[in-house]
Amino acid sequence: MATAMALRVIRRKASIAARGFSSSCEAEKAAKPINLFSAINQALHIALDTDPRAYVFGEDVRFGGVFRCTTGLADRFGRSRVFNTPLCEQGIAGFAIGLAAMGNRAIAEIQFADYIYPAFDQLVNEAAKFRYRSGNEFNCGGLTIRTPYGAVGHGGHYHSQSPESFFCHVPGLKVVIPRSPQQAKGLLLSCIRDPNPSIFFEPKWLYRLAVEEVPEHDYMLPLSEAEVIRQGSDITLVGWGAQLSVLEQACVEAAKEGISCELIDLRTLIPWDKETVEASVRKTGKLLVSHEAPVTGGFGAEISASIAESCFLRLEAPIARICGLDTPFPLVYEQFYMPTKNKILDAIKATVNY
Amino acid sequence: FPLCPRISLPSSSMAAAAARRVSCSLLRRDHRHLLPLLRPFASSAGGQPQLTVETSVPFTGHKIDPPSRSVDTNPSQLLSFFREMSLMRRMEIAADSLYKSKLIRGFCHLYDGQEAVAIGLEAVITKKDAIITAYRDHCIYLARGGSLVESFSELMGRRAGCSKGKGGSMHFYKKESGFFGGHGIVGAQVPLGCGLAFAQRYLKEGTVTFALYGDGAANQGQLFEALNISALWDLPVILVCENNHYGMGTAEWRAAKSPAYYKRGDYVPGLKVDGMDVLAVKQACKFAKEYALQNGPIILEMDTYRYHGHSMSDPGSTYRTRDEITGVRQERDPIERVRKLIVSYELATASELKDIEKEVRKEVDEAIAQAKESPMPGPSELFTNVYVKGFGVEVSKPGRISDPK
Repeated sequence: MATAMALRVIRRKASIAARGFSSSCEAEKAAKPINLFSAINQALHIALDTDPRAYVFGEDVRFGGVFRCTTGLADRFGRSRVFNTPLCEQGIAGFAIGLAAMGNRAIAEIQFADYIYPAFDQLVNEAAKFRYRSGNEFNCGGLTIRTPYGAVGHGGHYHSQSPESFFCHVPGLKVVIPRSPQQAKGLLLSCIRDPNPSIFFEPKWLYRLAVEEVPEHDYMLPLSEAEVIRQGSDITLVGWGAQLSVLEQACVEAAKEGISCELIDLRTLIPWDKETVEASVRKTGKLLVSHEAPVTGGFGAEISASIAESCFLRLEAPIARICGLDTPFPLVYEQFYMPTKNKILDAIKATVNY
Repeated sequence: FPLCPRISLPSSSMAAAAARRVSCSLLRRDHRHLLPLLRPFASSAGGQPQLTVETSVPFTGHKIDPPSRSVDTNPSQLLSFFREMSLMRRMEIAADSLYKSKLIRGFCHLYDGQEAVAIGLEAVITKKDAIITAYRDHCIYLARGGSLVESFSELMGRRAGCSKGKGGSMHFYKKESGFFGGHGIVGAQVPLGCGLAFAQRYLKEGTVTFALYGDGAANQGQLFEALNISALWDLPVILVCENNHYGMGTAEWRAAKSPAYYKRGDYVPGLKVDGMDVLAVKQACKFAKEYALQNGPIILEMDTYRYHGHSMSDPGSTYRTRDEITGVRQERDPIERVRKLIVSYELATASELKDIEKEVRKEVDEAIAQAKESPMPGPSELFTNVYVKGFGVEVSKPGRISDPK
């Protein structure tokens, strides 16, 4: 039964996946090693292919976009569905909300998350509250905003920001951040198909750098479910996006010193998966959160407060937050500003030895 | 471009030849100091022969009578235009090489091709007038009196930079010259510029603000907010749209229903100017300043072109043809235009101009060498100027990094 179903899938995807398949029940779907922007590109191709009312637009997206995420879409789906907008983020967001309110899937790109602020009012006041204030008569659930965020090594003040926490303060929105190509494709498709307005932050550092086997078929990953990507017993580490690879390196180093770290990728920041984090903290008794955004008011603060509340008696050490400094994202000082592996390792040891 | 424009040189042809002989010997030495001595003998009051040159095309006005296309200038001004534009051109090209050898990192937006706008503007204003622009600001900084060393240092993130190395390419500032920088977010500088003009109106010093923005920024909502407020309150602001026809990779006709940016002000008058003709820019800016002081905002659309891509990350050839770029370079290059003017009026020979270019090149190379010596700012600078010292929160968790002092 499962094999027959798998074979049907295989025949459908024959043109894309000309590989051999195992004959097990869960037939191995064809997968290719690709980078983050290619994975996102695949997700967008699938989204537009499977829903004739899906649109992709933003600044310079038609030629492929500044990070190549939208390559080939205009050629394949036409300029009525994949089009450039003028340089007006507030307009782009407002326009996308309207399009979504008419039942379409509006996938709008904000070229760099640093530029999202003119659109902030539209997202916070219009998108997030539409369903609520109209008593469910209207909604803009088909809205997905995609935007590259985060440090890239030389981005300076306006090409490196991590503004995710501003949006985590808005009930009605979903904020999703993938850590890798395989995750990105599934999570983006989930955001696009989720009946709530979502903001998908793409870690730009990983666009070319992260390469992974990504299944070529259409798949979705669940939102609001964190993933434990490394089991451990001494301390729980929580992060998202590009920061996870830094955390992972710290885990490896800590293991050499006999500290067993449990690493959790939050994946969806709001609504976030408290249960997974709580379960882990109940196991380890210690928590460290790490993100690139400045520490004060960053999303780590929400996680800390929440876990302190729910796991107070289990905690054996104060919750550590290793985050960006409370300065504007600097130009030449990037390596001092960032929450690096050594800072994290330092904090792991301090917490474990508290 | 008319090769034989109307000239009104009062001196005879003999005198003109003599002037050239004088200028020959003067130009071989340090040109700048001796420039004021370039005075022929039989000339109008004031010492320098006045030249009147016609702009390449007449101005087009929107709800305003455009100024005349006959521009007054003089030899020393033309020669200084040539030298300064060559300096800017050289600086930008040198920045390109520095970027490719990774001495400049981050984002670097080059201005070569657009020099006439910076120079023409500066020629008719004072340092008490304010200029504010977006991120393509290296040459405006230079025009406002910034030095090459500070410029290159800032690009390389060094202490000697104009923003102490903390700003980088997009954030050059010079307070004493009324240069309010250098802004990364597209369009955000325009309402700011109108605010500067608001303050100038209170000060009553007869000063104005030039708020520069690009054709991409022209579609930002905040621009229209700024226009409305400026017009409502008669602010002495001149909004200058440096229309290089591409908002990064998007051609103007793809982004704007009306690419006639000088008309976008509707109730605010506008002027369309050939931004590759430094004399046209000069005339328009002079006209605009006088207008703004009396009446309030006016828009200047500078029809210009950038040879480089949007930034160093953009080759600039995926959305425009190489033929287009070389075509503009051949037919409209601002430096070549002035060179032809100078040579045709015999203010200097072609080889003298080449000498100036060599000198300029040397100056740029020396500045780069000096800038390279400057160290990076110290680690403690990471924390300074977030708030006013003593009035803000000290950065938390200092123990995790090297001692911030």
